[in-house]
Amino acid sequence: MTRRRQSLAALLIATATIGAGLPAGAVAATPRTSLTAIWNEVMCVSCHEPLSVAQSPQAYAERNFIRTLVAQGYTKAQIERALVAQYGPSVLGKPPAQGFNLTVYVLPPAILLVGIAILIVTLPRWRRRSRDGAAAQAATTTGSLSPADERRLEEELSHYPG
Amino acid sequence: MRRFLIPGLVVAAAVALLALLAFGVSSQSTNSSIDSAVAHGTRPPAPNASTALPILGASGKETLTDLRGRVVVLNVFASWCGPCRAEAPILDQEQRTLLRHGGTVLGVTYLDNSSDSEAFIRQEHITYPVVRDVSGNFVRSFGSTGVPETFIIDRNGRIAALRRYELAGNWLQRAVTPILADKS
Repeated sequence: MTRRRQSLAALLIATATIGAGLPAGAVAATPRTSLTAIWNEVMCVSCHEPLSVAQSPQAYAERNFIRTLVAQGYTKAQIERALVAQYGPSVLGKPPAQGFNLTVYVLPPAILLVGIAILIVTLPRWRRRSRDGAAAQAATTTGSLSPADERRLEEELSHYPG
Repeated sequence: MRRFLIPGLVVAAAVALLALLAFGVSSQSTNSSIDSAVAHGTRPPAPNASTALPILGASGKETLTDLRGRVVVLNVFASWCGPCRAEAPILDQEQRTLLRHGGTVLGVTYLDNSSDSEAFIRQEHITYPVVRDVSGNFVRSFGSTGVPETFIIDRNGRIAALRRYELAGNWLQRAVTPILADKS
C-alpha cells in the first residue's frame, strides 16, 4: 500500500515537473486542426485565390492569423467562424447559401433535373419516330417495283440455283 | 404548337442563364462614377454615409453622417500593406492640422484582422480614429479595389478629392487646404 502511494506521488511530481517546463499555452491548448486542413477551404480576400496557393502579403497575414488560432486549440469550425468575423463571408471558399449565392447550389441540380426530364419526354418520341420512319421506308421500298420489274427480278433470280 | 414547346423551353432557360450571368458580372464590377464625377469638378455625396462601422479597439460605432459639418480625410488601409505603412506619418501629421479646424482623419481597415490592425496603430503611433469594414461593402461603395486609398469629404458630406494609391509629396496638404478654407 505504501509502495503504491509512493509510486502515485512520484507520478504526480513527474507530471507537475513536465507541466512546469512547458509554456502555459502548450499545456492549455492542444492543436485540434492544422493550417493545411483549412487553407484549401478559405480564400485570400485581397487576391481572390485559395489561401493554399496565394502569395500576397494579405495571404501571409491570413495564414499567420490561422496559425495563431490553431496554436490556441481552436477547431476547424471555430477558425472558419473567426475568419468570417475578421474578413467577412468572402473569406470562405464556398459562399454561404443565401441571397444571390443560392444560385450556386440550386442551379446545377436544377439544370440536371430539367435535362433528365427533357430526355425522358423526348427520347421515346424520337425512338418511336425513327421506328415509324424505318417501317414506312421499308414499305415504300417493297411496294415500289412495277409488275414488269418484278417479272424481270424473278427471271434474274431463277438463273441462280437454290 | 406542341413541337415548339421543348425548343422554346430550352431557349428560355438559356436566356435566363445568360441574364443571371450578366447580373452576376455587373454586380461584381467596380464603380468608377465617383472618379469621373470628381475629375469633372463635381462633388458626389459620400456613399453609405449612414453605415455604422465598429471602432477598432473599442465598443462604439461611427458613421460618416456623425461627422457631417467636419472635413474628413477617409483613408482605407490594411496592416499588411507596405504603402499604407509608408503614408501613415503623412496622415498623422495632417490629423494635427485637421484637429485645429474641427476636421479629422478617419482610418478604415479593410481586408485585415483586428489584432494586426491594432498592432499597426501602435507601431505607427496613429492618433486618429480607426473603424473596421469587415464585409468590405462600405469600402467597395467608394469604388475601392485595394489599399491604400484616400478620400477627402467636405463639410456637406461630399467627396471633394480622392487618391487611389499611396499618398506622396504634399498632395494631401494641397488637397485639404482649399476644402478647409471653404466654409459653406
